[in-house]
Amino acid sequence: MYNFDVERPTSIADAVQAMSKEEAQPISGGQTLIPTLKARLAAPSVLVSLTGIEEMKGVCMSDDGRLCIGGGTTHSAVAAEAAAHYPGLASVAARIGDPAVRNRGTIGGSLANNDPSACYPAAALGSGATIVTNSREIAADDYFLGMFTTALEEGEIVTEVKFPIPQASHYEKFIQPASRFPLVAVFVAKFSDGVRVAVTGASNDGVFRWTEAEEALSANFSADAVAGLKAEGDMISDLHGTAEYRAHLVGVMTKRAVAAIA
Amino acid sequence: MTQVKMTVNGKTASGDVEGRTLLAQFLRDDQGLTGTHVGCDTSQCGACVVHVNGQAVKACTMLAIEADGATVDTIEGQANADGSLNVIQQAFQDHHGLQCGFCTPGMVMSAAALLKDNPKPTEAEVRHYLDGNICRCTGYHNIVKAIMAASGQDVSAIAAE
Amino acid sequence: MPKDGGIGASTKRREDVRFLTGNGRYTDDINLRGQAYVFFLRSDVAHGKLTNVDTSAAEGMDGVVKIFTGKDFEGVGSIPCGWQVTDKHGQPMQEPGHPVLAQGKVRHVGEPIAAVVAETLGQARDAAEAIVLDIEELPAVINMKDAVKDGATKVHDDLTSNLCYDWGFVEENKDAVNKAFEEAAHVTTLELVNNRLVANPMEPRVAVGDYNRSDGEHTLYTTSQNPHVIRLLMGAFVLGIPEHKLRVVAPDVGGGFGTKIFHYQEEAFCTFAAKACNRPVKWTSSRSEAFMSDAHGRDHVTKIELALDAENNFKAIRTDTYANMGAYLSTFAPSVPTWLHGILMAGNYKTPLIYVNVKAVFTNTVPVDAYRGAGRPEATYQLERLVDKAAHELGVDPIKLRRQNFITEFPYATPVAVEYDTGDYVATMDKLEEMSDLAGFAARRKESEAKGKLRGFGVNCYIEACGIAPSNLVGQLGARAGLYESATVRVNATGGLVVMTGSHSHGQGHETAFPQVIAEMIGIDASMVEIVHGDTARTPMGMGTYGSRSIAVGGSAMVRATEKIIAKAKKIASHLLEASESDIELKDGAFSVAGTDKSVAWGDVTLAAYVPHNYPLEDIEPGLEETAFYDPSNFTYPSGAYACEVELDPETGQVTIERFSAADDFGNIINPMIVSGQVHGGLAQGIGQALMENCTYDSDGQLLSASYMDYAMPRASDVPFYDVDHSCQTPCTHNPLGVKGCGEAGAIGSPPAVVNAVLDAMRSGGKDVAHIDMPVTPSRVWAAMQG
Repeated sequence: MYNFDVERPTSIADAVQAMSKEEAQPISGGQTLIPTLKARLAAPSVLVSLTGIEEMKGVCMSDDGRLCIGGGTTHSAVAAEAAAHYPGLASVAARIGDPAVRNRGTIGGSLANNDPSACYPAAALGSGATIVTNSREIAADDYFLGMFTTALEEGEIVTEVKFPIPQASHYEKFIQPASRFPLVAVFVAKFSDGVRVAVTGASNDGVFRWTEAEEALSANFSADAVAGLKAEGDMISDLHGTAEYRAHLVGVMTKRAVAAIA
Repeated sequence: MTQVKMTVNGKTASGDVEGRTLLAQFLRDDQGLTGTHVGCDTSQCGACVVHVNGQAVKACTMLAIEADGATVDTIEGQANADGSLNVIQQAFQDHHGLQCGFCTPGMVMSAAALLKDNPKPTEAEVRHYLDGNICRCTGYHNIVKAIMAASGQDVSAIAAE
Repeated sequence: MPKDGGIGASTKRREDVRFLTGNGRYTDDINLRGQAYVFFLRSDVAHGKLTNVDTSAAEGMDGVVKIFTGKDFEGVGSIPCGWQVTDKHGQPMQEPGHPVLAQGKVRHVGEPIAAVVAETLGQARDAAEAIVLDIEELPAVINMKDAVKDGATKVHDDLTSNLCYDWGFVEENKDAVNKAFEEAAHVTTLELVNNRLVANPMEPRVAVGDYNRSDGEHTLYTTSQNPHVIRLLMGAFVLGIPEHKLRVVAPDVGGGFGTKIFHYQEEAFCTFAAKACNRPVKWTSSRSEAFMSDAHGRDHVTKIELALDAENNFKAIRTDTYANMGAYLSTFAPSVPTWLHGILMAGNYKTPLIYVNVKAVFTNTVPVDAYRGAGRPEATYQLERLVDKAAHELGVDPIKLRRQNFITEFPYATPVAVEYDTGDYVATMDKLEEMSDLAGFAARRKESEAKGKLRGFGVNCYIEACGIAPSNLVGQLGARAGLYESATVRVNATGGLVVMTGSHSHGQGHETAFPQVIAEMIGIDASMVEIVHGDTARTPMGMGTYGSRSIAVGGSAMVRATEKIIAKAKKIASHLLEASESDIELKDGAFSVAGTDKSVAWGDVTLAAYVPHNYPLEDIEPGLEETAFYDPSNFTYPSGAYACEVELDPETGQVTIERFSAADDFGNIINPMIVSGQVHGGLAQGIGQALMENCTYDSDGQLLSASYMDYAMPRASDVPFYDVDHSCQTPCTHNPLGVKGCGEAGAIGSPPAVVNAVLDAMRSGGKDVAHIDMPVTPSRVWAAMQG
């Protein structure tokens, strides 16, 4: 690692202030950032730690029936605290990485990083969540802009994520055996006004909504409804799976997710 | 350099660290607690698992500064007060749950975290919980067996030795 | 019932206590006063002409002690290769130089070019980034078959080609083998890849060099399986330091699996730099660095054929293998595809004619050398896949075909130059059938099918050759070393023993198992015996631990030394008891006169040896310390039969191991608990090779699987509980313990069973796939199911 200073603000306001420094970068759980720093692939001069900001932690229900999760809430906290309100989401959190990673990694960090194989982006996009930052609210549909790219501006921090709660949801994940990230994973959420299907791991464009499947499922919510569909797009091809295989897995994972809740 | 102070295995530990100093480095190099091992640089092998404020974390993926003020428990603090092996450690010895010993501290610390939350895990739960701990020697057979035995379950039906 | 703590007892491991409490002492735990840290600047291109290394900007950076480049090592020796193979024309292999730091050319991604020694590792790395390299990139030589074509770019300009050797074995059999194929009723042909692997012991390599100006002694602390071998290779061939001025210490070592046998540049560098910098120099490999600097394993491309007669008897085997050497010859690399591979090609079968051809090839990749099994897994995999394919083609049961062709009489001289002393392949196969509940398989398959899954059963046999020996034979085969082992047994005045062994324990539990042997021999408590290993200053010259040799060779040396101890102790006892030496009996730690109640305790005798007041000084010397060097007369031949049951998800191609049974014959067993543990670990590595692990380069020579993000290590949830058995025991006839070795069996015997099971599952789903290459990943299985 290159050396850097560490700031540990205790409020969002102080964090935003600290982020105004030159070459400042936020660090939340650090489960992706620290390995990146070890490989010297990033060279911040200041790391602004978000882990000491209590107002960014915790899970609660808002008056409008959305589940609100502080950006600094760890995966293990979400797994435990969201289970009663939004079991589909809790199940996503409970299967990210491994237990030690879940005790540090946060939802805000994951969404800000937008790894093309991360779990949370699928849950956020599949739920139609709203990403709240220190300065604005961004709909998930407008937030994910491609691999490692989001609508966040320089210095903007994910402070909270608001999830509408579907009637039913399921996350079906097929792991890449080395990294244990999804090779392909699909989050299916059934709302009263339609179905959302979000796919991670598969595309060079990062997380995406599989609209053909959504339409088919909104008309007929059954595994059979997606049986004949084939996901299109710029699929990732690497040593763990060809593009064709990933496209196939998108269909299988979607079908299984639907079967789990239909 | 920044001064950090934490409680490690019940004792106050303090030192000056750089921003980039990892908790694992602080424990090993500053505190001489070399039982916490570093086996990879991508946060996967789990040889460095310690407990911070009671939760299992990878000490190679946490800045020492972030542990300022925390309570940290490492493998060196796991034995009983009289120095004898604790229940998990003893089960690892009884069931040959270690060979070269390098992954062992992380395995024991992960096992302790698991049994705290789930006192009678199934085989599948144990295996799943160890997703972040890699062992190259044992094939996991005797590690899983040891953890189940440490939880008080009868493991005699699992293939002997 | 074995005696508690004696031979055959599952004694709990004494070393566990320190490992379980964080008190192990691994090389990275060693920090010497005043030590500096080295960071190696490594090549990020696979092949290139190194025209300039400009360190000027880096020299003055914070904390820099000294920067080294290839120039600093111009007068220093080449990293040596310990085995010279002679090709089929009687010519020695091509053997390129192997510099400590690159000179003139870089030949693989990860090759060290410069080394920065600085006050901290961070400063060393900062300065390394300021070194400016001029590298003219050259085409990378990656594919082995392309590498040996005329006109191919050469990895080494001073060699005639990229062919290290073309080895034929047994060359005199070639015509007869070809004739047998012409006359065969059926020929089965199989082409396959034995995937490149990375050993990945959980402890990355570390080296700490130290130099004492007052007495001129160098000390190297290193993660090694064989400190004496490192001392000899590095001292005599690289740095020119005589053994008496060089101490090599390998303390607790966190797994080896072969990759810590070899002498590496970083060890020589730290030893050299400690003197040059006049302070200790430490290198700790990161895991990412390990992927591009630890020797890799396997990487064979093979065509193998089997000739059968009309009654399905095996008549001949013919193989054609390309073996990747990587860019340089690692310490024992040439021996792996030849003498550790060719001599195993008979397997468990009485095939009268065998011809093995191996072309070893240089490529712009990390050097390839022994990894758990080393040549024997490659032999077993091709043979056992071939036999299964033959059975399928002939429409006969694969187990029946194997049984029909088993060697049943011992000793048995194979057509590939070895003589199996003992074995009972029928017994292990009988045991396996019982363990694997073959009768219940059909019902289990039905259950899987009800869940939409396919189920497959695969079996294989294996034969291993451990404890390579004798030294005069291996010398003829090209080994530039002896393959004996040593032990010094020192009895202290109060009766305790210290065994200083040349074997090295890095997970095998020698500190527990070796004392069990002595406890049994003398009749004392095992706790009275201490094992010392891993330090050239404390142990006699020994060859170390690899090739499942420790108990068979090192254990035998210890037995021989202990026999000398007992013989001398009996003389002392006879004096104390005033009886004839021939009447003295040793039992339960006491010497008695046969037929009388006169006896002296072990401690009385040992005390007399060191306080020789009442002592036959005219006949024997005081003291009780003996050394033995044991050089076996033959290899040992463990064998067994393994079965794997898989479930395959036809929609995703995912394969899961549902059951794995292993019936091994290891001869006599010292500690069954440890033996089972060794098999478990080997099985996980074999399953890893079969399903998950793959070290891959792209065509430019970039390593694609360069960290745990892309190199799939088996985790707890990837493997089942294994069912292992070693009750079939045909003791080795030529070592004193009757032991055969067990360290590699699991890794050797498991890959073919897994792949055979996967193909069986696919067939049950209507897909008759002749072969699928390892690792059998979901993506590959799915693609095969579509074909």
